[in-house]
Amino acid sequence: MSDYILLIVACIFVNNILLMQYLGNCPFLGVSKKMETAVGMAMAVVFVLVMAGAITWIVDIYLLKAFGLEYLRTLSFILVIASLVQFVEMFLRKSIPGLYAGLGIFLPLITTNCAVMGVCLINIMEEYSFTQALVASFSYAVGFGLALVLFAGVRERIILARVPKPLQDTSIGLVTAGMLSLAFFAFKGMV
Amino acid sequence: MAKTAVQEFTKGLWAEIPPFRLVLGLCPILAVTKTVENGIGMGIATTFVLICSNILISLLRNVIPKKVRIACFIVVIATFVTVVELIMQAFAYPLFLKLGIFIPLIVVNCIVLGRAEAFAAKNGVVASLADGLGIGLGYTLSLTALAIVREVLGNGTFYDIPVFGPTFEPFSFMVQAPGAFVCLGLMLCIMNMLGKK
Repeated sequence: MSDYILLIVACIFVNNILLMQYLGNCPFLGVSKKMETAVGMAMAVVFVLVMAGAITWIVDIYLLKAFGLEYLRTLSFILVIASLVQFVEMFLRKSIPGLYAGLGIFLPLITTNCAVMGVCLINIMEEYSFTQALVASFSYAVGFGLALVLFAGVRERIILARVPKPLQDTSIGLVTAGMLSLAFFAFKGMV
Repeated sequence: MAKTAVQEFTKGLWAEIPPFRLVLGLCPILAVTKTVENGIGMGIATTFVLICSNILISLLRNVIPKKVRIACFIVVIATFVTVVELIMQAFAYPLFLKLGIFIPLIVVNCIVLGRAEAFAAKNGVVASLADGLGIGLGYTLSLTALAIVREVLGNGTFYDIPVFGPTFEPFSFMVQAPGAFVCLGLMLCIMNMLGKK
C-alpha cells in the first residue's frame, strides 16, 4: 500500500509532468489565460489520460510485446490516443452533453498533448504493472491539472500587473512557470 | 518558383522561427537543451521528420479526404518518427539514450503537425520541402541557442569542453527545470525587443 502512496506523491509532486518533466507545455501556456479553460482542460486530461494509460498498457503487453512488434510502439500509441479521443468525444456528445459542453473544444486538443503520449511511454519504460500504470496515469494527470490551475491563477493576476512590453504574454508566462517550477523543485528528494 | 522556394526557406530562419515566433513545440525545447549536443541532435531529428512528412503530405494532399486529414497526417508523421528512432538506435545510440522519451514524442510535437496542416496540405512539393527545411533549421538554431546559454552557464562547458577554467562555479539552476523556463522566457523577451518583424 505504501508503495502506491509513494507512487502517487512522486507522480503528482516530485516528477510533476508539466514543471519537472516538461511534457504538455503547449496547452500549459495556451489555455492557462483563464481559470475556466484551465479547469476544463485539466478535467479533460485526467479523463483521457487514465483511459489512454490503461489501453496503451494492454496494447503494449498483449499485442506489441507478445508478437515482438515493439518498433511499432510510437505509431500504435498515437493511433490509440487519437481514436480514443475521437471516441470519447462522440460518446460524451451523445450521452453526457453537460460534460461535453464543459470539456468541448479541449478534447480534440488532447491528441497532440505530449503529456498523454509521454505518460503512456513512461508507464512502459518504468515497467509498471497494470494497477501501477493506472495509478501513475491518474496521478500524473492530477499533477498536470494542479500545475495548470495554479498557473492559471497566477496568470489571471499578472494581467493586472504592469509588465514591460517585450516581456508580455508568453514571455512573462514562461518566467512565471519557471518560478512555479522552482516551488515544485522543493519536493525533489522527498521520495 | 525558385524564388518563392527560397522565400519559404528563409522565413523559417527569422520571420517565423519556432518556437519564438510560432509558440509551438515547447516541450522538447525545454527538456533537451541541457547540453548543446542534445539540442543539435534533437534539432536534426525534428528537421528530418519535418522535411519527410512535409514532402509526403504535400504529395498526398489531393488524395487525403478532408475529414480524416489529421489522422492521416499523424500516421505519416509517426511513420517517419519510427524511422528516426530506428536510425538513431543503430548509429547514435548514446544520443538516443540521452534524448530518451523525447524521440518518440516528436510525433506530438505541434510544429510538425502544425506545418503539415498549415503549409504542406496547401502547397506544392518544392515549396513544402523548402518550408520543412527552413522551419527545421530554425528550430535547430533555437534549440542550439538555448542549449548554449544553458550549458555554458549551468555546466561551464560548451560541447563538453570547459570554457571558464577550473575556478568556475556552475550555475546549476540553469540546467534544472526552473532555469529552462526562465531562460526561454527571457530569450523570447530579447527576440521581442530585437524586432517586431
